[in-house]
Amino acid sequence: MADNTTSSAPMTRAERRLQKRMKRFDNPWMNPKLIWGVCLLLGIVGLGLLGRLLWNLDLVFTGSAPLKLPPVGFENLRRQEGVWDYPLGTDGSGRDLLALIVMGAPNSLWVGLLASLIGMSTGIILGFTAGFVGGRTDDVIRVLSDVMITIPPLLILVVFQAAYGDVSLAMMSLLIAGFLWQSPTRLIRAQVLSMRESGYVQMARLSGASTSHIMFREMLPNLVPYLFGSFIANVTTAIVTAVGLEVLGLGPQRIPTLGRTIYEAINAGALIQNLWWWWGIPTVLLAVMFIGLLMINLGLDEVSNPRLRRLS
Amino acid sequence: MGRIPSSYLINRLITLGLTIWIAATLIWIIPRLSPIDPAEVALGRMAAGAGAVEGADAILEELRRQMGIDQPLLVQYFKYLGGVLVFDFGLSTATFPTPVSSLIMQALPWTLGLMILSLIITFVIGNLLGALMVWDRSPNLVKVAIPAAMVFTSIPPILSGLLLMWIFSAQLRWFPLTGAYGLNVEPGWSWDFAQSVMYHGFLPALSIVVVTFGFWALGMRGLMITVQGEDYVKLAEAKGLRPRYILYRYMIRNAILPQITAFALKIGLLVAGQVLVERIFAYNGMGKLLYDAILDQDFPVIQGISYVIILMTAVSVFLVDLVYPFIDPRIRHERA
Repeated sequence: MADNTTSSAPMTRAERRLQKRMKRFDNPWMNPKLIWGVCLLLGIVGLGLLGRLLWNLDLVFTGSAPLKLPPVGFENLRRQEGVWDYPLGTDGSGRDLLALIVMGAPNSLWVGLLASLIGMSTGIILGFTAGFVGGRTDDVIRVLSDVMITIPPLLILVVFQAAYGDVSLAMMSLLIAGFLWQSPTRLIRAQVLSMRESGYVQMARLSGASTSHIMFREMLPNLVPYLFGSFIANVTTAIVTAVGLEVLGLGPQRIPTLGRTIYEAINAGALIQNLWWWWGIPTVLLAVMFIGLLMINLGLDEVSNPRLRRLS
Repeated sequence: MGRIPSSYLINRLITLGLTIWIAATLIWIIPRLSPIDPAEVALGRMAAGAGAVEGADAILEELRRQMGIDQPLLVQYFKYLGGVLVFDFGLSTATFPTPVSSLIMQALPWTLGLMILSLIITFVIGNLLGALMVWDRSPNLVKVAIPAAMVFTSIPPILSGLLLMWIFSAQLRWFPLTGAYGLNVEPGWSWDFAQSVMYHGFLPALSIVVVTFGFWALGMRGLMITVQGEDYVKLAEAKGLRPRYILYRYMIRNAILPQITAFALKIGLLVAGQVLVERIFAYNGMGKLLYDAILDQDFPVIQGISYVIILMTAVSVFLVDLVYPFIDPRIRHERA
């Protein structure tokens, strides 16, 4: 944007707006994409929290409500109208959809965050170890991450869950995390290798800083935007994998999840019976979750890559 | 292929071999650790069918012998590895005497066809749109409409599949709800059959395309922004080359290369997504086979499908790694 600043002619409206927006971009963390993304995710967390306080969660049990009622303001094929007792309608086994999503939506997000956090921590440790220790250790970690990055997590997890049946949310997160450490490991290893030779690290070494000081105080802060980006991308992958398992009928069997609700809807022929609220509401919530994560990721890209901070 | 140094080739081959071995081992170990006994599952199925089973203990023994699970674990493991190398996964337990490999061979062409088609479409459309988003001369509509459409790209194809299926199959009835071809056509090399396949494949392919093209478009956009500032683009403009020529031969040609690497790393996730799309569309591919196998607790089939898909992924990554230096002459095969 250097070419604007030298012109002495009065600025057009577009230019003024541009300048104003560029000022707002001075703090890269305050970009609209990031804020929107965070708001969407907070909305889902808020739904879970408020719902738990305000809504009757006993309606999540089978048979606690009439079957296949539509949301308020709609009519189902049996000419029943939605009632305010079950504002989002009910499913084929008499569960209130609002109660289902209040319980289920935070679960999906929780699996994603937990799995990504575990994967990330493993990746940070392995990446730094590989970059710093070098030699045999580096070879093993590098080859292992090269190998594991090509294996689709869903397929191994299908085998696992088909063999074990029911799993808890935490167990599922742990299993998914087993496939999420590779890309942070590779990213950090590459960065550590290039940073090791940089001036400030040499300086820290010469002044007698300990290895852990160099790793965590000198190098890690530079990696934060990348790590955030990688973290969010992994949250998305984890949720996609978890939902995939649930839609195949695997995953936790006794806890309501959005994926399992969709699985039950498809199996009950909700598409043909036009029970759109049954599968549609979980689908929309998941979509909101993914869109929020994407926005955060795009926002973080702008933080770490200033070249993207242009207006088009 | 004379230009590939053998050390590089050996290195990639070792990675490929390791990938396949680790995947095969994981798939084998996981069910072994589980408390579920496949012989008892099979017996349970028999009992469910017949009401009661006489001499259950003897049958269990015999089933264990047939499945080979009475032998020491190490023997079982090496037998399994040997079988896997020649695509022998044993017999399906749900449709008992059918070999797993023949079930997979029936489903594989459908999955491969759908996959290749949707991958090519998304890769081309996505990269082109990504490039146009950055290009100075593209119409404003492109610059406004595409970023808006991009919002959908984070959604997994199973969700878009549900939505498209509801709108176009259940509500409008423009497309069929299930299957890969109509019941009234005979599979074969006829025009009717081809038409039916295309008609049935359109929605599954579309639901993959609408949500994956954005990944490529986004990546391409980032790369194009970098390329745009390069001196050779400025020089080409100064020389007065046609803008379109600059776009294709100078900008896209250089920006597309890292996308191909991303392609290799993404294949696995794309295949997994497609398996789920096939399941909801009841498309005659691996996804449906996998889903049925999960319902029936048919372990040999689940293992076989997982193994074949992982193998496909690993081989594609290997091929991309090998071909890459031919596409990008700046990269040499030296890096081990």
